[in-house]
Amino acid sequence: MSHFNTTNATRARQLIALYPEPRSALLPLCHLAQEQDGWLRPEAMAEIADLVGVTAAEVRGTATFYDMLHTEPIGRYLVSVCTNIACILDGATELLSHAEERLGVRVGATTADGLFTLEESECLADCDHPPCVQVNHRFVRTTTAERFDELIDELQAGDRAEEIPPHGTLVRIRRNGGLRVEPQRIERERARAAGPAGERAG
Amino acid sequence: MAVTDAPRIVTARLDHADSHTLERYLATGGYDGLRKALTMTPAAVAAEVDTASLLGRGGAGFPAGRKWSMLKKDPVTYLVVNGDESEPATFKDHLLIERDPHQILEGMIISAYALQVTQAFIYIRGEFALGLERMEEALNDAYRHGAVGEDIFGSGFSLDIVVHPGAGAYICGEETALLESLEGKRGFPRIKPPFFPAVIGLYGQPTVVNNVETMANIPWIVTNGGAAFAALGKGRSTGTRLFALAGHVRNPGPYEVEMVKTTFRDLIYAPSLGGGVREDRELKAFVPGGVSAPWFGPKQLDLPLGQDEVGAAGSMLGSGSVVVMDDTTCAVRASWRITKFFFRESCGQCTPCREGSGWLERIMYRIEHGGGREQDLDLLMDVCDNISPGVIWPPQQTTICVLGPSIPPSIAAAISMFRDEFLVHIKDGGCPFD
Repeated sequence: MSHFNTTNATRARQLIALYPEPRSALLPLCHLAQEQDGWLRPEAMAEIADLVGVTAAEVRGTATFYDMLHTEPIGRYLVSVCTNIACILDGATELLSHAEERLGVRVGATTADGLFTLEESECLADCDHPPCVQVNHRFVRTTTAERFDELIDELQAGDRAEEIPPHGTLVRIRRNGGLRVEPQRIERERARAAGPAGERAG
Repeated sequence: MAVTDAPRIVTARLDHADSHTLERYLATGGYDGLRKALTMTPAAVAAEVDTASLLGRGGAGFPAGRKWSMLKKDPVTYLVVNGDESEPATFKDHLLIERDPHQILEGMIISAYALQVTQAFIYIRGEFALGLERMEEALNDAYRHGAVGEDIFGSGFSLDIVVHPGAGAYICGEETALLESLEGKRGFPRIKPPFFPAVIGLYGQPTVVNNVETMANIPWIVTNGGAAFAALGKGRSTGTRLFALAGHVRNPGPYEVEMVKTTFRDLIYAPSLGGGVREDRELKAFVPGGVSAPWFGPKQLDLPLGQDEVGAAGSMLGSGSVVVMDDTTCAVRASWRITKFFFRESCGQCTPCREGSGWLERIMYRIEHGGGREQDLDLLMDVCDNISPGVIWPPQQTTICVLGPSIPPSIAAAISMFRDEFLVHIKDGGCPFD
């Protein structure tokens, strides 16, 4: 039984088919799993391992190297406040303290309602709008305490759901060009490969 | 104050709000460079890039044409474009990816044709959600337009491009770490030699790795000729370059200016550019090329924005990020924050970097927060020396990649420029700027 739902299982096979070697799809598949579940569940890591031909431990070992992959549940909205050099020169420390106060959690923690996780991030490459804030990796350009409070109010009210999808959804545009291998063909080939050896020659 | 009237090469389209769309791209000369290139031989296209003397825009500044010529002949080769922009205070590639993705794609397709590569990848930093969406959309449109895929514009040349999302790791901007990451592994840099990508790259095959801004220059170079590009700038630093200006200036932002003929003073003070230090305060110091670069002070303001000129003065243009610090800035806090960044982002393979970055961060932290000791400055320099022997410029290396030797420069610069400030922190047991 696949941990990925039907749509995502198809998408997973398309992603793998894009690369000369299956393992290259490991990070895109981790993003896909986060899109489905909000975080990287052990079941998802096990399935990704099967799909790309490595062990579940290798998937976990790789995923934990990357800041954006979360092997524990996090909030619906990941609020990232940059405190790197350009931002610290322009009030990032104060804005991060304010964020902790407003959300009632320390950096790294999730609010009791499961809505927000606060993180202190490294440079997010939007340094002409300091201090830089992202929600679910979307730039919100919220640079003052007042604007930060408005942002949180809007997110709580669900007013920005269209602009900021739940955590895990990174890319909403689906590739439709250059998909050389039809997913149905991959399905057929996999079914054949799983069948008796004699059928594989066909 | 001389800001030259050089053409804008990579930001020409950005005045349009819809600069990221295929429609706008085609209406502004888009894919003309590719059509022209496909009428030329691959060698002739490569020769134009060589003539342009286009220096790589990622950080190391290696000539793109020479990099291409080093690609080992092999039936299977790859082109990988580095859009993992993570060097603190650098935000030029972010702009180009979000606002003009077709220009990057066109540069990639032309480059792939010149190199006769049929599979290319663009690795985009995972935190650029909008950028990833824009690039994926542009790629879909480019396939539909026939600019990529099979038999491009009827030329017989075919190429597939894959947009690959990163997942949050500064080190993946290092080209060999990027290749590891693209292979689905932890972003551990590979040791050179033998793992020069041009010889042993992606999946062990010869690979060219170029930066996003480098690619963005290619369509203009092919359309207008390498000589026209080389006529801009001076010496080895030709063309224009997109600088990311941040920190205590009136108008922080990305500015495309002619190389060498523009100075740091122009960039920071010209009314059409940075507009000067905020509130007319005194300039204390500035980071000339990403946080891996030694800092400069007011005395270096008139240095031209040229790779060799800045190199000779003891720093680098690096990633094209300039961070201005005014006289309210605590040099200890600024260099501590940079050190903390490297500590967080060290991949952990090499002891000097993994351990050294942590030691340095803790010593810097205690100085800034009132626990500094008299011998701490010597201790800092001693640890720096173990990571990068001699703490000289250009730096020596004891580690697999250049992240290690990127740690000492900001500390060494801060201590040599503002030693008294460190001593006051230690003597008074706290930060005088608090």
